[in-house]
Amino acid sequence: MDIIKTRKLNLYYGTFQALKGIDMDIAEKEITAFIGPSGCGKSTFLKTLNRMIHMVPGVKITGEVSYRGKDILSNTIDETNLRKNIGMVFQKPNPFPMSIYDNIAYGPKLHGNTNKAQLNDLVEKSLRGAALWDEVKDRLKKSASGLSGGQQQRLCIARALSVSPDVLLMDEPTSALDPASTMKIEELMIELKKDYTVVIVTHNMQQATRISDKTAFFLVGELIEMGKTDDVFSLPKDKRTEDYITGRFG
Amino acid sequence: MNESLSPKRKVYGVLLQGFIFLCTGITVALLVGLLGYIFYQGLGHISWKLLSTARSALEDTIGILPNIIYTLYIIFTTLLIAIPIGVGAAIYLNEYVVNKRFVQIIEFAAETLSGIPSIIFGLVGYMFFCQKLKLGSSILAGSLTLSIMILPTIIRTTQETLKTVPNTYREGSFALGATKWYMIRTILIPSSLDGILSGAILSIGRIVGESAALIFTAGTGYVLVKNYFEALQTSGGSLSVALYVYVYEHGEFGVGFAIASILMLIVFTVNVATKAVKKKI
Amino acid sequence: MKIRVMLEKVMNVILCLSGVTAIAAVFVISLYMLINGVPAIQKVGLVPFLFGQTWRSTGSNPEYGILPFLLTSVYGTFGACLVGVPIGLMTSVFLAKIANSKIAGVVTGAVELLAGIPSVVYGLIGMLVLVPNIRTIFHLKTGTTLFSAIIVLTIMILPSIINVSVTALKAVPKEYEEASYALGATKIETIFKVSIPAAKSGIAAGIVLGIGRAVGEAMAVMMVAGNVANMPSFFKSVTFLTTAIAKEMAYAPNGSLQKQALYSIALVLFIFIMVINMVLNILLKGRKEK
Repeated sequence: MDIIKTRKLNLYYGTFQALKGIDMDIAEKEITAFIGPSGCGKSTFLKTLNRMIHMVPGVKITGEVSYRGKDILSNTIDETNLRKNIGMVFQKPNPFPMSIYDNIAYGPKLHGNTNKAQLNDLVEKSLRGAALWDEVKDRLKKSASGLSGGQQQRLCIARALSVSPDVLLMDEPTSALDPASTMKIEELMIELKKDYTVVIVTHNMQQATRISDKTAFFLVGELIEMGKTDDVFSLPKDKRTEDYITGRFG
Repeated sequence: MNESLSPKRKVYGVLLQGFIFLCTGITVALLVGLLGYIFYQGLGHISWKLLSTARSALEDTIGILPNIIYTLYIIFTTLLIAIPIGVGAAIYLNEYVVNKRFVQIIEFAAETLSGIPSIIFGLVGYMFFCQKLKLGSSILAGSLTLSIMILPTIIRTTQETLKTVPNTYREGSFALGATKWYMIRTILIPSSLDGILSGAILSIGRIVGESAALIFTAGTGYVLVKNYFEALQTSGGSLSVALYVYVYEHGEFGVGFAIASILMLIVFTVNVATKAVKKKI
Repeated sequence: MKIRVMLEKVMNVILCLSGVTAIAAVFVISLYMLINGVPAIQKVGLVPFLFGQTWRSTGSNPEYGILPFLLTSVYGTFGACLVGVPIGLMTSVFLAKIANSKIAGVVTGAVELLAGIPSVVYGLIGMLVLVPNIRTIFHLKTGTTLFSAIIVLTIMILPSIINVSVTALKAVPKEYEEASYALGATKIETIFKVSIPAAKSGIAAGIVLGIGRAVGEAMAVMMVAGNVANMPSFFKSVTFLTTAIAKEMAYAPNGSLQKQALYSIALVLFIFIMVINMVLNILLKGRKEK
């Protein structure tokens, strides 16, 4: 089933058009990877899906984006609830300057859960979900800034999981990490797709082939091609896709 | 999905947002109220006679001309002392000292100075300049005291601009065979003029508003003397000090508000000038 | 050639002297404070001096207890912070996070002007507006009270708190706030649960700076507090550390125990301020290292 759909999505930063008529369907409980050279609009598109892009001043959007059948570009949409359902993990690990526990508890508390026992459970569940529990269970009250980069990123994933989202958006989540940490996160993502729909922007084409079910190729604001990852990489339909994945540009 | 923000969160947001606006409103209203009140009470009391005469006990009239002149003298003398020392210190810190520890000590000293309240400056200025150096209660003693007080400001603003002078300028000058002082005199000082200027303007604001440090050192004199050099050795009250004396000791509120209006006009000018210079930098 | 080398050396010395002026000044100030402040404390005794509740510097049987001044300074500063910190902090939140650049410019200008108002002007307005009104509203014998001083100090410390807090709030990494939004937090929730906690050491520095300003303020407080050596009480005339010095300096005879005691008060004030400065330094350093 398709969980997110966009139709004729155009996005402008002032007069500059960053996205041009994107039509896309994202399937539930799969990993969809966005690839393309820098500035192609893939991150912009990702941020449109949870309305983070709305925070950029001067952004104008036309077209349709729906999540489970609901128009999320509508002014009446409850942004906070949308973002609870569609979680996000950023390029650079960005734990809050608080303890590990408080980082995870932040979201649930925000959405009204103040029961201590439930919070404890949630923290454990989220950290387990991000494969971090065993590493940090003895120092939950310590500051999150003491963790390694890879651990911090998994903490951010756990934090996103803490509000039981439906979809996880990941904006180049491993680009700031070393290969070992990257591997761990990739394994984690494959694990996550059992329960969540994952959308990931990546610069790394090997990463896309390793983990994703579908791949979308963006170029200067256009969606050039989208399909099963194996198909896109082995039999690209478009010449530009072929050029990109064979390393002829980008 | 369409369930909207829980009532608790809504109330939290509205209340806090209201609180933020309320507090900002208070801050702005305070300023507007204060300024409005000062000018409302003060402008009417400013007369040519007030500005152009000295206080006369015989005729029982009040004039603030000496205080205006003494304020100018104090500004001039203080800057004359503090700018060379402050700029020198900034250059020394930025161009000469290699030992990082030493830089830290000087910077720490400057920070400490800027935290010392003016009444302490007044007290030590009184003990050191008036008594120890036997300058007595005089414009010179007051200006020396204020020079130490504004030194941190001059050092900081000069240092800020020195840091923006590209190294290539220095290298270019040295490559032509310039000595260090020659390079400083011809390259660094000219390019940091704006910083020095902004430090000077900020200091003028501080000097004009100062009272506690001056009252013990420059005194409250209101007799006009013939020239600058004579003034240096006599007691002279600046406008702020005169305001205090007239209001607190004589109950002359009208004169007080007239002086307050003049002070606020100066403060306003200083703020505008600082902005203008900063823009240039 | 020789002249040039000479000049170079001379300038080196002159610049070095300028550089150490600040150190020398701090040294001389500390030295004078100690040398002149210690004798009276020795004569009166440290405990009677600091904890004596009566200050009667003139008269046949003088007593030099500065507890009333000490407590007044502490209470006055605390009171000013109690009101000034929330107002200042909220104004900085508005400036750093909510206002667009045009409005922020106007409000910042207002704050800068507020900072530029000389203390005697605050004193003047306090005398004319606060004191009589407080007297009538609360049915007091006199309006020159600790309460009036607290209000004046509150306004005077606002700019210090606001300036430093705005800088600290603006320095909060955008990533923290983004993460909060992405979890479904509203703007206000993000500001209060992420931005302010993340900027706390900078905000604390602003508050400490304000405390330093309040503790050190003399003239404005002198004009509205009544300057009676009472133990602090909200609606009584009181004397602060600073005003205790300022009030008697002019007529205390040179060399008298009275004058020496004033220097001792100054020493206490000086130590007070030095401790505050140290705390401030630690807070600001902590922020830089992050």
